[in-house]
Amino acid sequence: MSFETRKDLLGLKDLSREEIELILDTAVPMKDVIRREIKKVPALRGKGMITVFYENSTRTRTSFELAGKYLSADTSNLAVSTSSVQKGESLKDTIKTIEMMGPDILVMRHSMSGAPHYVARNTKMRVINAGDGTNEHPTQALLDLFSIRERKGTLEGLKVAIVGDILHSRVARSNIYGLSKFGCEVRVVGPSTLMPPEIERLGVRQYFDLKEGISGVDVINVLRIQRERQHVGLFPSLEEYAELYMLRPNHLGLANDGAILLHPGPMNRGIEISTELAEGPNTLVNEQVTNGVAVRMALLFLMMGGRRDEIAA
Amino acid sequence: MKLLLRGGRVVDPASGINTVTCVLVEEGKIVALGEIPGEEGDASDTKVIDCTGKIVCPGFIDLHAHLREPGYEYKEDILTGSRAAAAGGFTTICAMPNTNPVVDNGAVAGYVARRAREVGIVNVLPIGSITKGQAGEELSEMAELVQAGCVAVSDDGKPVMRSDIMRHALDYAGMFDVPVLSHCEDINLSADGQMHEGFRSTVYGLQGIPAEAEEIMVSRDAMLAKLTGGRLHICHVSTMGSLDIIRRAKAEGVRITCEVTPHHLTLTDEAVGSYDADTKVNPPLRSEGHVAALREAVVSGLVDCIATDHAPHHIESKDCEYGNAAFGISGFETAIAVIMDRLVHTGVLQLSKAVALLTSGPARILGIEKGTLTPGRTADITIIDPDEVRTVDPGHFYSKGKNTPYKGMQLRGWPWMTIVGGRIVFKEGSVMEMKL
Repeated sequence: MSFETRKDLLGLKDLSREEIELILDTAVPMKDVIRREIKKVPALRGKGMITVFYENSTRTRTSFELAGKYLSADTSNLAVSTSSVQKGESLKDTIKTIEMMGPDILVMRHSMSGAPHYVARNTKMRVINAGDGTNEHPTQALLDLFSIRERKGTLEGLKVAIVGDILHSRVARSNIYGLSKFGCEVRVVGPSTLMPPEIERLGVRQYFDLKEGISGVDVINVLRIQRERQHVGLFPSLEEYAELYMLRPNHLGLANDGAILLHPGPMNRGIEISTELAEGPNTLVNEQVTNGVAVRMALLFLMMGGRRDEIAA
Repeated sequence: MKLLLRGGRVVDPASGINTVTCVLVEEGKIVALGEIPGEEGDASDTKVIDCTGKIVCPGFIDLHAHLREPGYEYKEDILTGSRAAAAGGFTTICAMPNTNPVVDNGAVAGYVARRAREVGIVNVLPIGSITKGQAGEELSEMAELVQAGCVAVSDDGKPVMRSDIMRHALDYAGMFDVPVLSHCEDINLSADGQMHEGFRSTVYGLQGIPAEAEEIMVSRDAMLAKLTGGRLHICHVSTMGSLDIIRRAKAEGVRITCEVTPHHLTLTDEAVGSYDADTKVNPPLRSEGHVAALREAVVSGLVDCIATDHAPHHIESKDCEYGNAAFGISGFETAIAVIMDRLVHTGVLQLSKAVALLTSGPARILGIEKGTLTPGRTADITIIDPDEVRTVDPGHFYSKGKNTPYKGMQLRGWPWMTIVGGRIVFKEGSVMEMKL
């Protein structure tokens, strides 16, 4: 099985369980590469990758760039804030310009859902979605799946609660699509005003009560809450949000023994997660960052025609 | 010079005709309907058109279109819009006033009417704005607008958010007996929405526009129409709830009519999943339940007419991110084929019913003497080839707006000939222009 027939990676929505497993399996040896003294394998030598981020990012962009470099790809980044985009260049023209410089892979983030789908239709480059609006963030979900599987041994049958602003979260959506394919029981927890319409039709259960939502779960994935949502009237204050949904140490007792905590970052300590928990032993936030590089290495490798068995475990 | 349309099925719902017969046109008027004696047809001053296998209807009327002139000629102008209308089988179209400047005074309305006469392809009837500058604050000078030829008033493109202004508009327009065409949308509820709110907006990650954003305003306007006794027409009805409100209002005797568009009758929000901005329209494409309700309402007679809401846009407003794209569908040149292929040929809607919704229906709302083949009337005639199969290719549109979600679709049943005032303006796929 390979990714040869798949030009782009736009979301987990339309990825099969087998394809996801292949990425996760390939990420295992990639993680070893990161830990080596010499962090470089020649797999993508002579290949070009460019990251174009229309929205701010710390970890995702850097993670992709390092993943590419560890695989010997030539990576570069378009700094959107200092580019011709600021002169009003259209997305289509910007992408065409980049394409003419010859990179093989375009990693893009955009504030508008579907922007990478639009770009993918209009370019020969392989497009990886690094987050589009409130649609998907497939590599974040892949690294979450990898982190959970690594710690729990399996994904099959786990109970996972995703807590926070589900309405605006592409991380939540990609996680729901990914986890559901492995038979996980997925719950979404948050205020009713931050729930997407008819979310339960995706096979998840919604909870407005934090304690109820995390009772008996194996994994809690805490999302970042953004203050601007308050200004459009979706919740009254960050204080009340924290009162109702901040995850505190005493909550962990409600979850199953050995339950783990994920957060895609950046964290708002004291709002969606307490400082004690942010640094707790069951919190994988830092491990997630490393895993993010490994998963992205696996994805880049597979998309450029690599095969799982070419990489030594 | 006489024109004899022979051998076609003549469908004129206003007079209850639906039979294979002849139509005789002389000096721009319909002079006879029925079997025309042989020698009449053979006379040398009579041009005989063999309409065998075709459907001969009163000229189609579109009471809701955006021609963009003056001000937005890069999207469309009265000439290209008129050509597109003729190619789409429309003989009379109404031009919405959201131009630049807005048609909120007699001078601009007069310009539109005059320019349309110069172009001289189809009848173009201007619509004046309800409020000055479409700002929703002060009534336009409606007497002057009507004097200049406006057949209705509308702030289409946006709603009149202030209930007091809408009340006065319905009241005041009533003096001139013109309908108020209402774009129903609570803009605080629709906000930055990009598509219908529901399961699919969740899946596609696009902000939704709830059905209620429309229904709240339909409900308000129906109440205000009742209060004032004014003539209210609801534009582009797209939801089940709006239909329920309109049904109740009609039952109560409120003077309310409504239109639906071909796209709301034939496409669902599933089309948005491609993120192709040609599917972005306001009100948005709705889910299956709403589409089914609209179809039922068209069949039952609750809906008074079909209108295109022809909204041409420049390619750059559509060839971009979904969130950055403009709302609207270029509708003139696909409307009839969509209705024929998706509704008539599939048995959803009877042919005569479809024709009524495009002719006598809109004529009644506008109060114009059109929409029928009754002898004595102006010879505005649309002839359809119900069996022509063609693939929608916006590259061949006469409209400047290539924005259609039907592109690449194969449809059966297209306009074959369009006759305006006895003159053939469209035949064999080409618009015939007057030699100036």
